[in-house]
Amino acid sequence: MTLALLPLLQQFVLLLAALVMFLSFVLLAQARLISAIHSFAWQGALVAAVTLTVAVAGETHHLYFSAILTLALKALLIPWMLHRLTRRLGLERHTEDLHWPTLAIMAAVVLVIFSYWLVTPMVAQGLAFTRNIIAVSLAVVLIGLLMMVVRQQAVAQVLGFMSMENGLFLAAVSATAGMPLVVELGVAFDVLVAMVLFGVFFFQIRESIDSLDVDRLNRLTETADPVGANPFATTDEVSQ
Amino acid sequence: MTPLLLTLLAPLVGGVALALLRPLALAGWLNLAVSALTLGGAVWLAWSVAVTGVIEEMSFRVDAFNVYLVVLTAFVGLTTSIFSRPYMRYVCSTGKLGTGSMRVYHSMYQAFMLTMLVALTTDNLGVLWVAIEGATLATVLLVSLYRTPEAVEAAWKYFILCGVGIALALFGTVLTYFAAQHVVADPGAGLTWSALYERADELNPTVMRIAFVFLLVGYGTKVGLVPMHQWLPDAHSEGPTPMSAVLSGLLLNVALYAVVRLKMLVDGSLAGTATPHLAGAMLMGFGLVSFTVAGLFLHRQRDIKRMFSYSSIEHMGLMTFAFGLGGPLATFGALLHMLVHSLTKSAIFVTVGHATHIAGTQAIDGIRGLIRTQPAVGWSLLLGVVAIAGFPPFGVFTSEFLLLTATMQSQPWFTFALVSGLAIAFAGLFRHLHPMVYGPAPEGQLPVQANMLPVLLHLGLVLWLGLSIPDFLAVWLDRATQLITGTHLL
Repeated sequence: MTLALLPLLQQFVLLLAALVMFLSFVLLAQARLISAIHSFAWQGALVAAVTLTVAVAGETHHLYFSAILTLALKALLIPWMLHRLTRRLGLERHTEDLHWPTLAIMAAVVLVIFSYWLVTPMVAQGLAFTRNIIAVSLAVVLIGLLMMVVRQQAVAQVLGFMSMENGLFLAAVSATAGMPLVVELGVAFDVLVAMVLFGVFFFQIRESIDSLDVDRLNRLTETADPVGANPFATTDEVSQ
Repeated sequence: MTPLLLTLLAPLVGGVALALLRPLALAGWLNLAVSALTLGGAVWLAWSVAVTGVIEEMSFRVDAFNVYLVVLTAFVGLTTSIFSRPYMRYVCSTGKLGTGSMRVYHSMYQAFMLTMLVALTTDNLGVLWVAIEGATLATVLLVSLYRTPEAVEAAWKYFILCGVGIALALFGTVLTYFAAQHVVADPGAGLTWSALYERADELNPTVMRIAFVFLLVGYGTKVGLVPMHQWLPDAHSEGPTPMSAVLSGLLLNVALYAVVRLKMLVDGSLAGTATPHLAGAMLMGFGLVSFTVAGLFLHRQRDIKRMFSYSSIEHMGLMTFAFGLGGPLATFGALLHMLVHSLTKSAIFVTVGHATHIAGTQAIDGIRGLIRTQPAVGWSLLLGVVAIAGFPPFGVFTSEFLLLTATMQSQPWFTFALVSGLAIAFAGLFRHLHPMVYGPAPEGQLPVQANMLPVLLHLGLVLWLGLSIPDFLAVWLDRATQLITGTHLL
């Protein structure tokens, strides 16, 4: 497949999608929380730009609306909420020690290759442009997943979760020219509610383990004593 | 007012009202009334479907398959609300929960019912996703309701794991929509299940195959399939007991329902290819692994609610396996098993709520001599476990017998795995159960005020289903079987 044969707008979409994926790598390796939130905001803005480009190219009007929705939600509202939360939690200067940063990046590279491998069968169908986009967005989703695995800090995990959603939006917009409006609104609503709940949980977690390092959430294991031996155990609903 | 509208509006309006209502004594009753209204709507809906066949209304679609789950959901919702009213008031009176938490609880209870019912009745795969994600969001605050470190941890795990799983399911949905674009002309209808099902054979098999992997892993997380099950025992054991009853009895069913609907699409798409039963084989694999692993894990549990949540994983695995097996007999058995498992498991969780109240702990080691202290609770727990372990004359025996017969017919070698799995699970349940119900009661253990009506109702129904399946229900399940497999059983 030669990229030069694609129409200019499609090439532009691919360029933007590649930048989205690049920002996923940045997010993965960014140790400073505030900078990571900024990278996430840029990623959201790029997804909105992709939506806008597809809207212009395909003259699909409802996509203008979803471009605005994406921009408002992913580039402005959610980063702002995260920003505010980190300030209220006193984490502005928080940097996380990444264990094996090089290994994480290498794993992300492997995930990108895996994504391309997974969608290879589609090449026979002559869906070259879509194949690229689906591979890129799948890679963004999987890197978000990887980020949730390698990061121990709750806010960073939420960033991973939200960047997964960015990958999903990217797939929906560029491979299929947007989902039906009701679905898009529903998904946006769910993401927003999830963000609010994440905010609630940050405080609940900090209250219970005095930190946002979710690695320390390790009370519930198969072998642990449920009640009795453990002084902090749930006495269930019954306090005697 | 149509029956569908009533079924969906009741929990919606009820949820909002309960969020605003201040007096606690009233909230429990209102919750009960709203659930009763929902059940009324569901029964009316079932009646209309029985008369007309299929109801299609504003991109909702109710047919024989989902209507029985709608009634089941509304029914378990009602009986659990009967249990939850005095139980949650008691919890509140111990000072573990404030009035604010109680309002969250009641409002989210109805929100959860709403998302379940929307997920069941919608015809749109995107809305299905939104509703199932909504169910996670509605229940996650309930899991952490007690605010203990364990509860917060369980809720966080639940949120993150189900969030990730469901995100993968959305990717699968996008791929399905992508495949639909080349088939369904109107892009707005590209996620409409009925439109896709009509032309399933034209959906691109390559895309659908990849899509199904994501959909199965995604919704499978919510079904509790191993190895994506990690959230389930934690969420069940740390949340309030009424929540465990509805999570186990309803949420898992709805997620499995979504998987089966999507399998129907993929089967249609792959029919002409070299691997027509790929989706079924994947379900069988996941199902069998979940069934076996959960049965083994039953043995090493030390928390009573955790133990029964592993039993739920085991049964969901069995149903997944049966749906994967396909064919009218296995599908009929799986549908029946969905019904009896929900009824039995929610009855067990209600009883467990009373048992932990009596013993003052959730640890199996701490629960002793229930029959001596309070025979009603002890016998209910015993009978519930006898039923869930698949003993005659209870309905679980009937469905498991049907499933074993179906397996023997089409895949005889798997029968060994199933029978030994059932035996392992039985042993696991009973080694813990025996000292809990029999044995000497600790000194000073007193009976509690317990409303056993929901338990009696559920176990009575399960017994009835084991002795004789009423005609209308058999016809009902048969219609659903025909819908899923294309052939009648009866």
